[in-house]
Amino acid sequence: MLVASVSQAGTADTPPPARVARRMGIGFGDRLFGLGLTGAAWIVVLLAVALITALGWEAREAIVKFGWRFLFTSSWDPVQGRFGALPFIYGTLVSAFLALAIAVPLSLGAAIFLAELAPGWIRPPIAFLIEMLAAVPSVVYGLWGIFVLVPWLRDWVEPFLASSLGFLPLFQGPPYGIGMLAAGVILAIMVVPYITSVSREVLLAVPGSQREAALGIGATRWETTRIAVLRYGRSGLVGAILLGLGRALGETMAVTMVIGNRPEVALSLFAPGYTMASVIANEFTEATSEIYVSALVEIGLLLLLITIAVNGLARLLVWSVGGPASGGRE
Amino acid sequence: MKRWPILACMLAMAIAWPAAASAQMLVNGAGATFPYPIYSKWFEEYIKVDPEVRFNYQSIGSGGGIRQITERTVDFGASDGPMTDEQLKKAPGELFHIPTVLGAVVATYNLPGSPKLSFTGEVLADIFLGKITKWNDDRIKALNPSTTLPNQPIIVVHRSDGSGTTYIWVDYLSKVSPEWDQKVGRGTSVSWPVGLGGKGNEGVAGQVKLAPGSLGYVELAYAVTNKLPAASIRNQAGKFIEPSIESTTAAAAGAAKNMPDDFRVSMTNAPGADAYPVASFTWLLVYKDQPNEAKGRAIVKFLWWAIHDGQKHPAALLYAPLPAPVVKQIEAKIKLITYSGKPILAAQ
Amino acid sequence: MSSRRFVSSTMSVLTCLSAIVAVLPLLLILGFLLVKGASAVNLDFFLHLPKPVGEPGGGVANAIVGSLVMIGLAVAVGLPIGISGGVYLADSRDRHLPWAVRFIADVLNGVPSIVVGIFAYTLVVLPMRRFSALAGGLALGFILIPIVLRTTEEMVRLVPNALREAGLGLGIPRWRVTLRIVLPAARAGILTGVMVAVARIAGETAPLLFTALGNRFWHQGLDQPIAALPLQIYAYAIAPYDDWHRQAWAGALVLITLVFLASLAARVATRGRTIAH
Repeated sequence: MLVASVSQAGTADTPPPARVARRMGIGFGDRLFGLGLTGAAWIVVLLAVALITALGWEAREAIVKFGWRFLFTSSWDPVQGRFGALPFIYGTLVSAFLALAIAVPLSLGAAIFLAELAPGWIRPPIAFLIEMLAAVPSVVYGLWGIFVLVPWLRDWVEPFLASSLGFLPLFQGPPYGIGMLAAGVILAIMVVPYITSVSREVLLAVPGSQREAALGIGATRWETTRIAVLRYGRSGLVGAILLGLGRALGETMAVTMVIGNRPEVALSLFAPGYTMASVIANEFTEATSEIYVSALVEIGLLLLLITIAVNGLARLLVWSVGGPASGGRE
Repeated sequence: MKRWPILACMLAMAIAWPAAASAQMLVNGAGATFPYPIYSKWFEEYIKVDPEVRFNYQSIGSGGGIRQITERTVDFGASDGPMTDEQLKKAPGELFHIPTVLGAVVATYNLPGSPKLSFTGEVLADIFLGKITKWNDDRIKALNPSTTLPNQPIIVVHRSDGSGTTYIWVDYLSKVSPEWDQKVGRGTSVSWPVGLGGKGNEGVAGQVKLAPGSLGYVELAYAVTNKLPAASIRNQAGKFIEPSIESTTAAAAGAAKNMPDDFRVSMTNAPGADAYPVASFTWLLVYKDQPNEAKGRAIVKFLWWAIHDGQKHPAALLYAPLPAPVVKQIEAKIKLITYSGKPILAAQ
Repeated sequence: MSSRRFVSSTMSVLTCLSAIVAVLPLLLILGFLLVKGASAVNLDFFLHLPKPVGEPGGGVANAIVGSLVMIGLAVAVGLPIGISGGVYLADSRDRHLPWAVRFIADVLNGVPSIVVGIFAYTLVVLPMRRFSALAGGLALGFILIPIVLRTTEEMVRLVPNALREAGLGLGIPRWRVTLRIVLPAARAGILTGVMVAVARIAGETAPLLFTALGNRFWHQGLDQPIAALPLQIYAYAIAPYDDWHRQAWAGALVLITLVFLASLAARVATRGRTIAH
């Protein structure tokens, strides 16, 4: 009877037939419970719709007035009422990608070390430390950034980069300390524990049988990791990285405190910049004209859309990987 | 699920807390960072005068003060850039500008040894326009012949938020530099040609303090309490004046004579031999018709105190007290503040 | 064979180095917090309200309470929705809604908290005509929901099907299986997810900038502006006063300790009741 019930228990498409359902006890309790859960799911959908609607509504004046030019113009002039978001978009993207460039190799390496290659005794303390790092609030990073990282960049790192790699436009200009490089480094530090701890969870969730199979055919530890574990958990790892990117794109406080708040597109990493999140943080409560507020909300909307695009891309990547590992998620 | 009891306790505490603390009335205000040192002192002192009320002031910048009082999310606003006619029209009711103190905006900088420097308005405008980029530029050297200036880039620091201090500064620059007036203009938030942005007077002072070679503009109190130097600036009469209570008061003399009825006056580049050229009133923004009687009364009583007894505190923090004729004018204005059409103060 | 072993050893070393470099900033930050902040942490700091500019002393008592209040609000509102949604996603057989919810939750996870601040300002602060603890708490709840939702889903999925089948086989109704067997089995992971979410919102400053506003005194009700520890740290950090800087470091030390203790508590509470990872 157990086998019959389980096999008749319905597939992904069809709920079980009524008489089987009754025998299995799918009754009132289940229906109520199911309703509650579905209700929660709908609330989540509603929140997202409300978010986009509210932002879109507040931004309509700027959207109508500036149109597509908003994305490509650099002027940010509250006196004249001319607004263009290019410097903020640029700043957001550059700081986030710089952060990932630094963070991803470190995080993946650390996650692999913790999940696979480290001796047993060392794993809990290091994993613990990394989780603690994930818990450090952004304003604390910002505080540390202003008083420790920025002077270090200004007095040591930037002059060194300028003297050794100064022919690249990336490292030209006076070493303020404050600027894009500081923002990128701080974001990297902030994002590393996030990517690492989620990656570690993913890798640990890979069934032991996978590892045993690889070891059984004579693979070294690294090969086991590479073949059995990483491949199996690949979609999860990509998800972890993209979660990190999302955090980097939207990070406000730490970046605001070290980026210099200058709405200008500059090639050099030493130059001050501005991100979309920072300009909203600095100017939202004070925007004194309708169009100013509308422009800021439009930037918020853009930030939201970029985030959605990033996450959408993440899901596409996850699906294209395919295989049994990613089948569990849609 | 062991956390539910803890959460329930926390929520209960949160709701019960106000009952546990003594039941005071909270009046919320937000705005200028320029007068924040003196306002925070006043609000602390005023607890002794009226223990029933607490004034919670958040220094978010004049732009914020104007916006929040217009949207009525606070009970009073504060700004050192007077509201424009357009902004006043958008408010749901008539807004009064009540002057409280006078302050000076100074050019502050971070150089080794903190030498005393002098500038003219034109040179400052050109620095902020990005035309003068190095400390040892000839024009700066000409004004400061006895100081050795380093061959270092000037790190210009301005406000990143909407600021009355900015308004005062660019109002002055617009008066002394036609190029500035044309290219950038006036406002609580402008399109800065060069420089880093700091949030609030606090942020600019903090930034200047941290980075050698910086030059920024802050209210005098912020420079002094942080042991940052304040430059002398040449005034309309041709003298190089150091910012101080005396020179600020001298600047007010001319303005006091022709004070408009709504108190929206610009004092920059004031005439007078000893006037400091970048000084200004700062205003509290209150609605003529108060929506809440208890809060309205508290605000009116506080304003009365501030322009009389409160005026003995500004000097310690290097703000200048209001000139006596102006105080008389303000008294008349405060008496006009009403609740449901009836003047609040007359009912005392 | 030996070159493969060499590669394996090299990778072990490299990944070990990565782990060390990853952990290094934590030690640096904690070190600085202790050195610079410990001197300002005293009983006054915890018990007193802030003092006006230029006067030394004062504390962050109202900020600590304010943060706790808003976190409590956020959890009260967000936890039920998040966990229910997560269970829904893990167990549902529908075609379309789970896909949409999952996608949306992932999207919401990446929504910058400053945008959530705008949302809360528009929907709560403006209609209420005031800044409030409620607005701040709701903004934080909005951030908490998707984190809890996705972690719950993942953790519930990790529970082996054998457990479910065993329960069903015993005749227990599906909903009881989920509530009494599956959720407890996933409890450790879910709680860790919740603690990560709480730690995240505990440190959030951006959404509070335009919702809670901040308060120099005790809040007078959930519909009034309220102080919060991260807001206070931010205000002090960007200010020029040395005394405020010290208090910023001290406040940061306190904040990190609170977050740290909360995480520790979650681990202790779930020890021994979990399925081995």
